[in-house]
Amino acid sequence: MKDKSIFEIKSLDLFYGNFQALKSINMELAGGEITAFIGPSGCGKSTLLKTLNRMNDLVEGCRITGTVRLMGQDVYGGMDVNLLRRRVGMVFQKPNPFPMSVYDNIAFGPRTHGVKKKSALDSVVEKSLRDAAIWDEVKDRLKKPALALSGGQQQRLCIARALAVGPEVLLMDEPTSALDPISTGKIEELLLQLREEYSIVIVTHNMQQATRVSDRTAFFLLGEVVEYAKTETMFSMPKDKRTEDYITGRFG
Amino acid sequence: MKNNSQFAMRDSQLKNRRGRFAEALMGAVFLCSALASVAAVALICLFLFVRGLPAMAEIGLFRFLLGREWSPTDIPPAFGILPMIAGSLYITAGAVVIGGPVGILTAVFLARSCPKRLYRFVKPGVDLLAGIPSVVYGFFGMMVLLPFAGSSMLSASLLLGVMILPTVIGLAESALRAVPEAYYEGALALGAGHYRSVFRVVLPAAKSGVLAAVVLGVGRAIGETMAVIMVAGNQARMPLGLLYGARTLTANIVLEMGYAAELHRGALIATGVVLFVFILIINLSFSALKGASRRDSKN
Repeated sequence: MKDKSIFEIKSLDLFYGNFQALKSINMELAGGEITAFIGPSGCGKSTLLKTLNRMNDLVEGCRITGTVRLMGQDVYGGMDVNLLRRRVGMVFQKPNPFPMSVYDNIAFGPRTHGVKKKSALDSVVEKSLRDAAIWDEVKDRLKKPALALSGGQQQRLCIARALAVGPEVLLMDEPTSALDPISTGKIEELLLQLREEYSIVIVTHNMQQATRVSDRTAFFLLGEVVEYAKTETMFSMPKDKRTEDYITGRFG
Repeated sequence: MKNNSQFAMRDSQLKNRRGRFAEALMGAVFLCSALASVAAVALICLFLFVRGLPAMAEIGLFRFLLGREWSPTDIPPAFGILPMIAGSLYITAGAVVIGGPVGILTAVFLARSCPKRLYRFVKPGVDLLAGIPSVVYGFFGMMVLLPFAGSSMLSASLLLGVMILPTVIGLAESALRAVPEAYYEGALALGAGHYRSVFRVVLPAAKSGVLAAVVLGVGRAIGETMAVIMVAGNQARMPLGLLYGARTLTANIVLEMGYAAELHRGALIATGVVLFVFILIINLSFSALKGASRRDSKN
């Protein structure tokens, strides 16, 4: 999986009604890596993230042209959207555990995809929680409501929930912006572990976070990708003046 | 110049004082109207209990509540309202079995799946259902239900099931709309389809609110009088089955109040007390569920 491109985006335009939110995006996202999308608010980075698992389908008046391919398969051409979302998991900005028990939260995905046996569910739940580095904290309260957990725990629970359906890619939409620094640190640590098994795309407002966790970074501005390069390269020798202005904090 | 400003000051003071008086007056008016409904409840309560409890005591609480025979004009008379309690409960249960699921499913559809254009027709339709006078429902029931189901508990339950729909739908819909969109999106993002996300995540999240809607529907059903009288048969005996007639607490009061005197009259008012207690219980559980649902949607 490493080094092979997992997502191929070609001349992608996206409109919300008459407003063009993304302008001819061309990029390949590498497998087995963490890609960070950075840029000021409203620059289209979250929008692009949501086109990858078609969460934009929910937005009324959203129109897309161009192609997005997941391992060669056209995401917008007849691919079953539920299957797509099973392969491309998503973690949201605000932790959104369901108002049910920790166990049922994790088991929801596998149950959706037909796992019924208790023993199978038990092992998926444990594995997912372990992979999300939260097993030790919740193993004695699997039957307790997930909403009783702290914000940081809730977000790791949501990561575990996403892992439980066995995705290939994880999309994360500013996953730490609602969390305190310690919880943020735990999640970043977790991301670096997850990179071994999953390809990750993370939208972040926080440039330090991008430098800490990502292999590649894409800088977005007004719906365009201004620059897309290895993270080290981009933050040490940005090619574009606008990138340089942004990462040195001159605007945004 | 100086004089002018003095006048201006006195003027504004005067205005101020007038303003304060108007404020106080309006405050009193609002308080009075707020108290009016409380006073009405208190008076009704007082009237019911003052007139009903002595009758209950005279008949004997157990013989009144658990007596299976109601023959108020016999000598000696029998004032057992168990048949009517049973009639009310059975008919209401039937109404909820019919109206509950239909109402909840309609609410789910309206809140989560209904295209905007269709919503503009369905929603006013449902609201209109709430505004139809119950005697019209009764007529409808007599014409449409009686030929098939006869004057029976089944007819009454079917009719009441339709009558409680607007209550159940309205409240359940708003409970469903109060569920954070993030739950729905979270479920979709795991690869669940629309209906699975709605029924396994959104609906359970709105559980208390939806239950509250059903409970209020129960309140509607148990208090309904006219439509029920027109289709239920109203026999004052223990209900025999779905296709047999039965009499509800409300019907009992209406049908006999015209000619009842003395203890008979007291017994009917005492029937009202029982009804009142039922409604009280229903309202208390409604508030409890409402509170729970508010806590749910805060999370």
